[in-house]
Amino acid sequence: MSENTMTIKLKIWRQKDRNSGGQLVTYTMPGVSPDMSFLEMLDLLNLDLVRKGEDAVAFDHDCREGICGTCSLYINGRAHGPLRGVTACQLHMRTFHDGETIVIEPWRAKPFPIIKDLVVDRSAFDRIMAVGGFISVKTGGTPDGNAIPIAKPVAEEAMDAAACIGCGACVAACKNGSAMLFVSAKVSQLALLPQGHAERKARVEAMVAQMDEEGFGNCSNTYACEAECPKNISVEHIARLNREYLRAKFIQE
Amino acid sequence: MTLNSKIPDGPIQQKWDNHRFNMKLVNPANKRKYHIIVVGTGLAGSSAAASLAELGYNVTALCYHESPRRAHSIAAQGGINAPKNYPNDGDSIWRLFYDTVKGGDYRAREANVYRLAQVSNSIIDQCVAQGVPFAREYGGLLDNRSFGGAQVSRTFYARGQTGQQLLLGAYSALSRQIGLGTIKFYERREMLDLVVIDGQARGIVARNMVTGKFESYVGDAVILATGGYGNVFFLSTNAMMCNATATWRAHKRGAFFGNPCFTQIHPTCIPVSSDHQSKLTLMSESLRNSGRIWVPKAKGDKRHPNDIPEDERDYYLERLYPSFGNLVPRDVASRRAKEMCDKGHGVGATGLAVYLDFSSTIQRLGKGWVEEQYGNLFDMYQQITGENGYEQPMRIYPAVHYTMGGLWVDYNLMSTIPGLFVLGEANFSDHGANRLGASALMQGLADGYFVIPYTIGDYLATSKFPKVDVNHAAFKDTERDLSQTTSQLMAIKGKKPVDVLHKQLGKIMWDKCGMGRNEAGLKEALQEIPKLREEFWNNVLIPGSADSFNQELEKAHRLADFLELSELMCTDALHREESCGGHFREESQTDDGEAKRDDDKFSYVAAWEFKGVGSKETLHKEPLAFEYVKPSQRSYK
Repeated sequence: MSENTMTIKLKIWRQKDRNSGGQLVTYTMPGVSPDMSFLEMLDLLNLDLVRKGEDAVAFDHDCREGICGTCSLYINGRAHGPLRGVTACQLHMRTFHDGETIVIEPWRAKPFPIIKDLVVDRSAFDRIMAVGGFISVKTGGTPDGNAIPIAKPVAEEAMDAAACIGCGACVAACKNGSAMLFVSAKVSQLALLPQGHAERKARVEAMVAQMDEEGFGNCSNTYACEAECPKNISVEHIARLNREYLRAKFIQE
Repeated sequence: MTLNSKIPDGPIQQKWDNHRFNMKLVNPANKRKYHIIVVGTGLAGSSAAASLAELGYNVTALCYHESPRRAHSIAAQGGINAPKNYPNDGDSIWRLFYDTVKGGDYRAREANVYRLAQVSNSIIDQCVAQGVPFAREYGGLLDNRSFGGAQVSRTFYARGQTGQQLLLGAYSALSRQIGLGTIKFYERREMLDLVVIDGQARGIVARNMVTGKFESYVGDAVILATGGYGNVFFLSTNAMMCNATATWRAHKRGAFFGNPCFTQIHPTCIPVSSDHQSKLTLMSESLRNSGRIWVPKAKGDKRHPNDIPEDERDYYLERLYPSFGNLVPRDVASRRAKEMCDKGHGVGATGLAVYLDFSSTIQRLGKGWVEEQYGNLFDMYQQITGENGYEQPMRIYPAVHYTMGGLWVDYNLMSTIPGLFVLGEANFSDHGANRLGASALMQGLADGYFVIPYTIGDYLATSKFPKVDVNHAAFKDTERDLSQTTSQLMAIKGKKPVDVLHKQLGKIMWDKCGMGRNEAGLKEALQEIPKLREEFWNNVLIPGSADSFNQELEKAHRLADFLELSELMCTDALHREESCGGHFREESQTDDGEAKRDDDKFSYVAAWEFKGVGSKETLHKEPLAFEYVKPSQRSYK
């Protein structure tokens, strides 16, 4: 594999902590194999920086197989980089070419403050979940799993929404910093399933209110979120969120 | 100290029911007076924290992730077992119990396994009620599929993302309690020590990973649900941050470690491609339902797989195991793949891979069907290898995936430290020497939803709790010690970054304590590990500062513990002079290469007691009695 390695130029956002200013720092990376994953390329850079006694580039990552939603890199102006339907950790260097300059930034959104370098604080998402992203059922005493038949297409659509990994790419991609795709995925999943019907009104009202309080922007239908979502969550869920919200405003439960 | 497993009396079918009745209860009004600390927010931790908070206890939950939803349970793909018998194919609680004891190669505790099988049906009901979108049939009812080690279809699934959906279900229950204020949640906190006061676990000290400060948390009981230690091998299917620190430090405080050498090597992973590799990616073993595993009959056959005619292929699992075929348990499938490669039949650039072929299924049921069942796995494979699994067979090779060993716990899931409970992969309890597929999710949720809420009450109701706060000397001393260790690590300023040393450890472990183990290799490893540990403490290089966000420092703390745990794993593997499940001692095999147990000598749980770094640990034995499933040579032929 060493015969066709590449040299890549990196411009990476470095920022000491939440309160400091930051800047793009340039690094040259020789010996990049096309079979490496994007994060392995960053590992290699960090190995080099550490050996020189410099501070490693901080970036969030964990499962490295596209499901935990931890990685959050804005690569060449796109959330999770140039490919559709994948997270940054699933990106491989064969997507880039020898001599290319790659710009890596953190998610940029006011409700996601930077902790260090490329690491941001996405706890706003957890706070939105805590006000309504659930069905209020206690452990125990639930009916048999087959007690409520759910039509396969409905279950499938709920699963499409539930596939959201909560990475925040939708917010980072949106010019308004809107979290509508994230919120709609959960509202939609639980509105589609009969188990979630009892709390439809309270859920959508609470989650939208918290979303606003966290400082996320509004949706202006540019669909950047859908285009950059690594799980291809459809904006149709935003339409359903809007319907759920309107419904909640017109009915009493 | 003698081990007391506290298995209740009575017939196995009634043990749990009787025990639930006999345990002391905490009055509803008194529950809020107790404070429980839950470390880890995967399936076991989230479900435990939520269930305990619903009961009225005060709960503090912590995780080293930035959100509870990131825990590695999220990556489980295939499914979760429950003997609902919806397909009418002869399943029962008894059969799941039997399969699990047999699958674990008779090294698990029967009573625990029976309870697991008993409560598993409730897990499915619970998850459906939470809105987990399980796969359904056209009539709207839940669908099942089959999995390795079983001849019935009892696996519930949500596409190839079952772990994700179950974790999001548990996370939603956890979030609801956080919203209600019954759980205080702290993210980006890594537990670095357990605090034991007057013989009781009374809290933990964690590092705030953003500020670097050490923080003490006080409680009346501590629950560890911190996962397994597969990352001791560096390359594994575990997430990058998975580590043994919480369990290992509890071990150093007095919790015995059970069967540390029992590690599971998963057969269907994407092979290693280069030295830069940071982790291995698993593809669900559900693929073995529809894919056929083969190697070329001729050694060193370098032809493109599609050019190798049918009669020149060796479908070795189907040949060796006609009744289970490609669905033999994981340990068997892994070992046979290694054997084929060792004999020179391996494929791909490295020769360390076998084929997993879907062509006959695609011919029979169409590409669309395969896409619907496994589409995300094929996408993942293409993403990583650049190859299309629909057009040519995938290449797979075994990789470290799960650790059956863990902290020893009794029937109540309590460790040898009173008040320290251990759930999920972090404990040793239910899988014996080999875990069957779709059983990890089952165990994590069984422990969290349906076992700990009962057993912890009995402990709280029957114990006394002197008043303790964070200013207690035990907390202050622990904080000070951790601060000193951290300064010591930072001050080494040697030549080797953490990952370089970790890769060295991983290589020792994979070569000598991996899929095949022998006396000579293990003895070598026991020489090499202490030397590497010494090198670590003299030559590790950690940049940055201790009082800030510093991922290199986090890794250094974890590696320090792996460098001790690995020695215990090798000690355990060396002492267990038999093969069982995932522990394959090359000296102990049958004529046709199957694992050969020695029930007369080794039908026990090895529980190790810490005696100081570098000192040999003391072995305690918990004898295993098999009253209901009589041990036999496992046969999947």
